[in-house]
Amino acid sequence: MSPPPALIETEGLTRILPEVVPVTLVEDVTLAIGEREFVAITGPSGSGKSSLLYLLGLLDRPTRGRLRLAGIDTDPMDEAARAARRLAMLGFVFQFHFLLPEFSARENVEIPMRKLGRLSRPAIRDRAGELLESLGLAGHVDKRPDQLSGGQRQRVAVARALANDPPLLLADEPTGSLDSQSSEQVFAILADLVHGRGKTVVAVTHDLELAARMGRRIHLVDGRVVSDERISAAGPPG
Amino acid sequence: MRLILDIAVTHIVGRGRQTLVAILGVAVGVGFSVAMAALMQGGQDDLIAKLVDTMPHVQITDDRRTPPVQPAELAFDAAAIAGLRPREDRRGIINPTAAFAWLKEWVPGRVAASLTTQGVVRYLGRDVGATVVGIEPKAERGVSSLVEDFVDGSFEALDVGGNNVVIGDRMAGRLGAGVGDTVTLVSSSGLSRGFKIVGLYHTGITARDEHEAYILLKSAQILDARINVVNEIRIRLDDPAAAPAVARRAEARLGYKSMSWQEANEQILEALVVRNVIMYTVVAAIMLVAGFGIFNIISTITHEKARDIAIMKSLGFSRGDMQRLFVLEGLAIGLAGSLLGWLLGFALVYALASVHFELNAGGRELTRLPVAWEPLHYAIAAGFALASAAVAGYLPARKAARQPPVDIIRGAT
Ligand SMILES: Nc1ncnc2c1ncn2[C@@H]1O[C@H](COP(=O)(O)OP(=O)(O)O)[C@@H](O)[C@H]1O
Ligand SMILES: [Mg+2]
Repeated sequence: MSPPPALIETEGLTRILPEVVPVTLVEDVTLAIGEREFVAITGPSGSGKSSLLYLLGLLDRPTRGRLRLAGIDTDPMDEAARAARRLAMLGFVFQFHFLLPEFSARENVEIPMRKLGRLSRPAIRDRAGELLESLGLAGHVDKRPDQLSGGQRQRVAVARALANDPPLLLADEPTGSLDSQSSEQVFAILADLVHGRGKTVVAVTHDLELAARMGRRIHLVDGRVVSDERISAAGPPG
Repeated sequence: MRLILDIAVTHIVGRGRQTLVAILGVAVGVGFSVAMAALMQGGQDDLIAKLVDTMPHVQITDDRRTPPVQPAELAFDAAAIAGLRPREDRRGIINPTAAFAWLKEWVPGRVAASLTTQGVVRYLGRDVGATVVGIEPKAERGVSSLVEDFVDGSFEALDVGGNNVVIGDRMAGRLGAGVGDTVTLVSSSGLSRGFKIVGLYHTGITARDEHEAYILLKSAQILDARINVVNEIRIRLDDPAAAPAVARRAEARLGYKSMSWQEANEQILEALVVRNVIMYTVVAAIMLVAGFGIFNIISTITHEKARDIAIMKSLGFSRGDMQRLFVLEGLAIGLAGSLLGWLLGFALVYALASVHFELNAGGRELTRLPVAWEPLHYAIAAGFALASAAVAGYLPARKAARQPPVDIIRGAT
């Protein structure tokens, strides 16, 4: 089997905050992530996992180094081009759900689709309903975030990230604030995205047990990649 | 744009109480600005209306502005004569019939001639000094606002048989005379004659109500021994603003001092300019304070939305989208507030207009608070509110939208 084409390619990716004493968040990260990969980013707290994810998600700009998404160099892109790419190509799930508080679950999922404008209003409505249903939220589509539990919110956030059917989903400790049952549920959803729907998922986690069940584990310390190993028998053990 | 509008509406509706406070803030600012402007403008309009109404728009008297050139000045280059006052000319306006006819030809309004002299009104041994004005009732109707002030009788009654006079109610009070009584008028030339009171008027201006008497022009000419003399021509124009031009033309031709109401009231009008400056400053200050209030409320709301701006940007909204969103929200609140403010302003002005006063000081009675119903006030107040609201949405949104979303997301996690 030939290696899958690279969806993400980085070369010496570095992010330094220009404070009085410059803070290095990410240092010299070179890696390639292909399609249909299920990647865990692990590391101690403060090791730069979130910072790396923000760079990959075009939410932040690197101080040095290159980032190619689907073969396209992102460096020359202006703010509008990066926004357009985030909208169409990337789904982001934050540690905190970050739903828009005044909108129902359905509306939160509809908004990126309406912004993209590829589907008609009824089609958008249907797709939002289907996505939420497929994530086990059938009875909760019209509730606002404050009427949902933590696990439900996080699943709405996943549905929103998937709204425009992006090839790449980035998740920052998506199960970090959830109880074990909800966290198992969310993990199962992510695994299904890779194995069932052919997406690439890059998820930050400090749960080593979860990381072991993913296809690849990239370990960061002080912003540097210290190990990058593929886990052969990728699949839920037991 | 439809999506942005929907998001704006959801934000506004979703924040019920906050939105209500913001709208009320705008409404109060707009309402009070409107009421204040109506009151200030109303006072001024009322004052000018009173000026324009109570006096002739142009008054031509037999005075001259410059003393006649003296023979010495004609004979010697070096001669200069200062401080000369024109001699009182008992002949009045020379050739008044021709002057009158010429004026009637082109003046856009009504013209009346009169003879004004000083005299005394005497009744049962009581004397009151008076300005005795000889008029022609029909013409006088056209130039004088006095016709509206009669409490008994009218100018026309002067025409009905014998020697008649109309006086102010205060003079009647001082004399102890009433309609039907015969008073004696004594002119400055010493002649006297009996006149029957056929009318009383009340203007509210003490000087007029107490010290004026109107008789027929012919009677005045006889009383003052100045047959066919006229010393005053008064003009009432269709358009009071044209008075200075009419006065200039009349003076250029006739040579007599022709005074427009603007010239006669120069000091008052100058005071009005000062008052205007004060008025606009006060109204502008109210609007500015209201504007700050509006800005404060809406910019606070926008600030609170910094996190949502970061979220929407991370989803793929552009900086421009976010700025449009919050300007739209500011405008919506500004618009709702302005409409409510119009209602409030209208109600305030209405309430002020229906307040009645019973004032009897300084010889003038003010029975109602004068207010101006001026659509422009509403437009300016709303325009100002909308502008502040839009800026209040724009500035914080611009700041938040410029900030990379990670800054806010990092801080929030
Ligand atoms: N705005 C900031 N100013 C200074 N230091 C920061 C800032 N944001 C993050 N850091 C630091 O950068 C490092 C990397 O942070 P982060 O990427 O959030 O780590 P992780 O997600 O692995 O916990 C941490 O040591 C953190 O304290
Ligand atoms: Mg983190």
